[in-house]
Amino acid sequence: MSEPTGITEAPRKYTKKDFESDQDVRWCPGCGDYAILSAVQKMMPDLGIPRENIVFISGIGCSSRFPYYMNTYGFHTIHGRAPAIATGLRLARPDLTVFVVTGDGDGLSIGGNHLLHVLRRNVKVTILLFNNRIYGLTKGQYSPTSELGKVTKSSPTGSADRPVSPCAFALGAGATFVARTVDRNVAHMEETVRRAAQHHGAGFVEILQNCNVYNDLAWNVLYDRESKSMHELRLEQGKPLLFGPVDDRRGLVLEGATPRVVRAKEVPESALWVHDEADQWKAHVLAQLSNPDFPIPVGVLMDVEAPVYEEVLMEQERRAISERGPGDVAKLLVSGDTWKIG
Amino acid sequence: MSDAVASPATVGKPRRQLDRAVVRFAGDSGDGMQVTGEQFATEAAWAGADLVTLPNFPAEIRAPAGTLFGVSSYQLQFGSRRVYTPGDRLDCLVAMNPAALKVHLRDLKDGGLLIVNTATFEKKNLDRAGYTTNPLEDSTLEDRYRLHKVEITRLTMDALQGLALNVKEKERCKNFFALGLVSWIYTRPIEPTVAWIARRFAKNPAFVEANTRALKAGYHYGETAEIFSECYGIEPAEMPPGLYRSITGNRALAWGLLAAAERTDLTLVYGAYPITPASDILHEIALHKRFGVRTIQAEDEIAAVGTIIGAAFGGAIGVCASSGPGIALKAEGINLAVMAELPIVVFDIQRAGPSTGLPTKTEQADLLMALYGRNSESPVVVLAPMTPGDCFFIAYEAIRIALKYMIPVIVLSDGYLASGAEPWLIPDPKTLPDIEVKFRTNPEGFAPYVRDEATLARPWVRPGTPDLEHRIGGLEKENITGTVSYDPDNHDLMVRLRAEKVRRVAQEIPPTTVNGPAAGDLLVVGWGSTYGTITAAVEEVQQEGKAVASVHLRHLNPLPPDLGQILRQYERILVPEINSGQLVRILRAEYLVDAVGFNRVRGLPLSTQEVRETIEHLLKEKR
Ligand SMILES: Cc1ncc(C[n+]2csc(CCOP(=O)(O)OP(=O)(O)O)c2C)c(N)n1
Ligand code: SF4
Ligand SMILES: [Mg+2]
Repeated sequence: MSEPTGITEAPRKYTKKDFESDQDVRWCPGCGDYAILSAVQKMMPDLGIPRENIVFISGIGCSSRFPYYMNTYGFHTIHGRAPAIATGLRLARPDLTVFVVTGDGDGLSIGGNHLLHVLRRNVKVTILLFNNRIYGLTKGQYSPTSELGKVTKSSPTGSADRPVSPCAFALGAGATFVARTVDRNVAHMEETVRRAAQHHGAGFVEILQNCNVYNDLAWNVLYDRESKSMHELRLEQGKPLLFGPVDDRRGLVLEGATPRVVRAKEVPESALWVHDEADQWKAHVLAQLSNPDFPIPVGVLMDVEAPVYEEVLMEQERRAISERGPGDVAKLLVSGDTWKIG
Repeated sequence: MSDAVASPATVGKPRRQLDRAVVRFAGDSGDGMQVTGEQFATEAAWAGADLVTLPNFPAEIRAPAGTLFGVSSYQLQFGSRRVYTPGDRLDCLVAMNPAALKVHLRDLKDGGLLIVNTATFEKKNLDRAGYTTNPLEDSTLEDRYRLHKVEITRLTMDALQGLALNVKEKERCKNFFALGLVSWIYTRPIEPTVAWIARRFAKNPAFVEANTRALKAGYHYGETAEIFSECYGIEPAEMPPGLYRSITGNRALAWGLLAAAERTDLTLVYGAYPITPASDILHEIALHKRFGVRTIQAEDEIAAVGTIIGAAFGGAIGVCASSGPGIALKAEGINLAVMAELPIVVFDIQRAGPSTGLPTKTEQADLLMALYGRNSESPVVVLAPMTPGDCFFIAYEAIRIALKYMIPVIVLSDGYLASGAEPWLIPDPKTLPDIEVKFRTNPEGFAPYVRDEATLARPWVRPGTPDLEHRIGGLEKENITGTVSYDPDNHDLMVRLRAEKVRRVAQEIPPTTVNGPAAGDLLVVGWGSTYGTITAAVEEVQQEGKAVASVHLRHLNPLPPDLGQILRQYERILVPEINSGQLVRILRAEYLVDAVGFNRVRGLPLSTQEVRETIEHLLKEKR
């Protein structure tokens, strides 16, 4: 029952190297996972948390090999269940900082139920969902985020499944922090993951990731210099939603609840949609924006506060103990109706 | 209390002494039969009887009134000698409505006491129960049983005259009238029930008054009404001295966990998804936050086992419970704990299946699933409690073994143990065996899969320990270093090590208790909740001088090291089980003995009589 004290002395100053494990990284050369790993390792010292208090938990998939490469505590578990395992760990050990690494298949197909519940409970974990729109580890079947009609080994004539938006799913589940970032933008990844980790509650980050072997350039509209300007909508708190070439900026306006793309110079600045991370309603609209009709929002879609699951439970435990004292099994056994024989 | 009930000694009617009695209360699920039965059990226990109970209720929450499938019952056997089972045939049946009569009459002994509430025997209820004529109106019942037609509803209403309650509320007190009457018939003290009513309805004095009055009215009715010519006494049983309480198997499991958490000073995380008959464990543990136990109502059984694996990884005790359908879902999670060598405890409160099966009925058919129902070579420790009270010790033992060996442990209880109750000699938690908890903190020579020499356990490291950062997971690990390994010989070695770890748990098993001669014609081997039935049947034939003994296994994997030796001391081996023959297969496979099964899979405990007859049959066959 005793809780460890956590930080006992001034936290060590870490560098990226301190978070690199001795394992050989085994992703395919050119895989987007390398960049994510590097960004996360680089960001870790910013958290100022002793390395031994950090745990990475993953499911199964290429993405889920992640914990082996982090020099922290790590647990590579089973397909889809990492959120449940992380929930149990947080409840047992609220002093630990817990990350969940998952994929589009792991988190949204087999593990969709657990992802839903970890988010709605608002367990304090940072969830990194690597979205390559494909099943990488099983060699290239379509995933829940693959586009309708996607031709893969398991859908030679095109998939019949409509895709889900991870961010929309997270918001629908009641997530309190939802963000999207891209594997090709290391600085943005670092910043986004750091914010998610510092969020008080479940921090959900969709990382658009390239599987160069089975789904190369799935996010090319965001990689290609030309198209990027027309397809990436960078979210910045308090700033109007603008994208497009410098000389011909486009903006988003809301007509009722319906978003519309306009030429920025054709509307008064006051008509433009100004990003507010605290606005849950607008976040739902943002999460639904997708190609080709709309640009893809990148950044923090929403950041709000809500009670944290394990903190509520810990508070109940503290109250129970302060009101009636710690439990005593010997007393419990003789409570209620008893009778003596002999 | 001015109108206190006369103590049995002052009762005017003659009293006949009995050794034991089997009583069943049956009525509509809305009639409060469970409470009535539980209170009668408490009264019997207060008077020093030994007893065993059998609650039986429909799966439907609010089954339509008066229907056959809506009948709820509570049976108990109590006696002045050791009582092992709730009894096969009834000495007394209380039927609160025609449906209850219809469902339960066949279990009443010829000449048995039959008490019916006449008020409910009208057209609508008779139709619903499928009676074309009123069975109380011809003499068939009277000829065969000692029938007492009692206007329980009216008498209850009369007793409650003048109380400010509506008709419905008053009518609902009729079960206490019935309880009062049966308490008089069997000279059980009603004081504990009076006290219980006062506690239960503390917030509503009118209900306290009404139920107490109904109870006493029933008691007085027995004493004064002309129809009952005698009552029955049952001497206190000879039981080890001490303080007793009544306990159900599910509560005992929960309390065993609390005892282990207290002893180890570890946090206990209990993850569960509701399912009958396991939910009561979650309900019980959720009441005890002061004990540092934390409950998660998970989104499904896969998540439930996941949460406790996460807790175990964090250095806490992880426990989950479910019944067959949920245990099936946990298979992959349990295997993760097998591979990661983490200590978790999984309770399977077995119920009749397959699929949803008979959710509120008991069965012992998950043994092979517990042993073999996961992919690949997946050895785990399997334990089974014998009685409701034993559940306390089994839960504690399961945690002790899981932590000592860093291994998953499955406990097989069942629906019968879960809700059945027995008088339980309250143990002193200080006398429970010690539980070793060694968290590794020393980085020197550390690797995730270095092993303890005696137990083969790998080190348990709490995340948060500096310089011991490491990664584990479901991929095969190289022994000692714990790095991912696809090496064929290493895999073969690890398969063997995981099996050997389970085998070594045998060193924890005390010598097997043999009930009866150390050698002879027949050994009856059982496990789990059939303990009472088997023991009672075996003792009956032993009294006839037969060379028959019984052994009851609490450890199913590994099996007790002395079991093979014991089995060979008998001509024949009989294995009664509430399944199609699971333990019997294992004994035949492990020990090459010609064991035979006795198997009934009705959702009910085996009856003592059928087990005894099978024993007798086998003994004859031998000659
Ligand atoms: C219970 C179970 N079912 C299926 C698999 C096979 N499997 C492993 S990873 C995977 C899909 C992974 O896809 P994703 O989560 O998108 O990860 P990626 O490899 O793309 O990073 C599947 C189906 C498994 N390991 N376990
Ligand atoms: S298959 Fe795709 S996702 Fe997996 S490692 Fe290779 S490139 Fe990366
Ligand atoms: Mg994928």
